[in-house]
Amino acid sequence: MKLPESSDPAPVTEQKPHAMIRQDKAVTEQFVRANLGWMLAVAKRIVKDSASAEDVVQDAFSNVFKNLETFRGDAALKTWMHRIVVNQALMALRRQRRRNEQPIDELLPEFDRDGCRIDEPSMLSDIARTPEAMLLSADRRQQVLASIERLPDSYRVVLMLRDIEELTTSEVAEMTGLSEANVKVRLHRARAALKKLLSPLFEGAGL
Amino acid sequence: MNIMPRSVRQRIRSIMFRLPLMITCAEFEDFIISYLDGSLSPGQRRVFELHLAVCRECRNYLAAYRSAMSVTRDVLDAQTADTLADVPEDLVSAVLAARSQQKRK
Ligand SMILES: [Zn+2]
Repeated sequence: MKLPESSDPAPVTEQKPHAMIRQDKAVTEQFVRANLGWMLAVAKRIVKDSASAEDVVQDAFSNVFKNLETFRGDAALKTWMHRIVVNQALMALRRQRRRNEQPIDELLPEFDRDGCRIDEPSMLSDIARTPEAMLLSADRRQQVLASIERLPDSYRVVLMLRDIEELTTSEVAEMTGLSEANVKVRLHRARAALKKLLSPLFEGAGL
Repeated sequence: MNIMPRSVRQRIRSIMFRLPLMITCAEFEDFIISYLDGSLSPGQRRVFELHLAVCRECRNYLAAYRSAMSVTRDVLDAQTADTLADVPEDLVSAVLAARSQQKRK
């Protein structure tokens, strides 16, 4: 079965009572197929490596099935599952051995003694004004992904959770154990560092 | 485009940023996150936008910062689309097999 290209990747979960997901084999399979793709995408963004992401999804599903009994439906099913997979991925990331990470300081903006910005103008500034430029080549996409992966995990994760998973500052604080102020600082530093890492990719010739 | 040497421009900016209602680029930097999430007070917002209006460096910087955010989003959206288009069958089977195991317990 191929997933519909619709904006709602999990139509089945909205219609079927949870009891059916629990008992009926065909419905279970439909449920798994409807949700596995987006869950895997979330896991990949957090743990980076595909094999660990698959483990995360397995653990997340096992958690979902175990707790469907007690799921009250006061939160949307998909929101609840999203939290489960994010939490599972964060746990997996904590278990991973940290490789040598580039210190974020080298990637932060610089100012002179008077607080004036020292920054080379970047072609990145012009991109927002040219929407068709967003059709990035496969090569360019790979380079962008590699740049994201260069961010230290503790910053990259906050960026993912806030800007991509669209969790709130307080949700991210709760999930990571950071203070809300710290979440904001890390988000800003991660974006600033990424701006510095992406700038050289967009110099000179088009996209 | 720019006839004035960088050092002279820097000096002019550093004097300008000491005027009333003016902030330095370093202070501007600290406001960016709140500016973008809309949590600045109207007064803070005016100060932020005033700096933005007079400081080309920060204007370019903020534009590049926002572009980096949107490029990141686009690339990760594309990655999600790839993942959705090619869900690994063995993972589906593994999840379903684990589910049958779980039910039997
Ligand atoms: Zn400035």
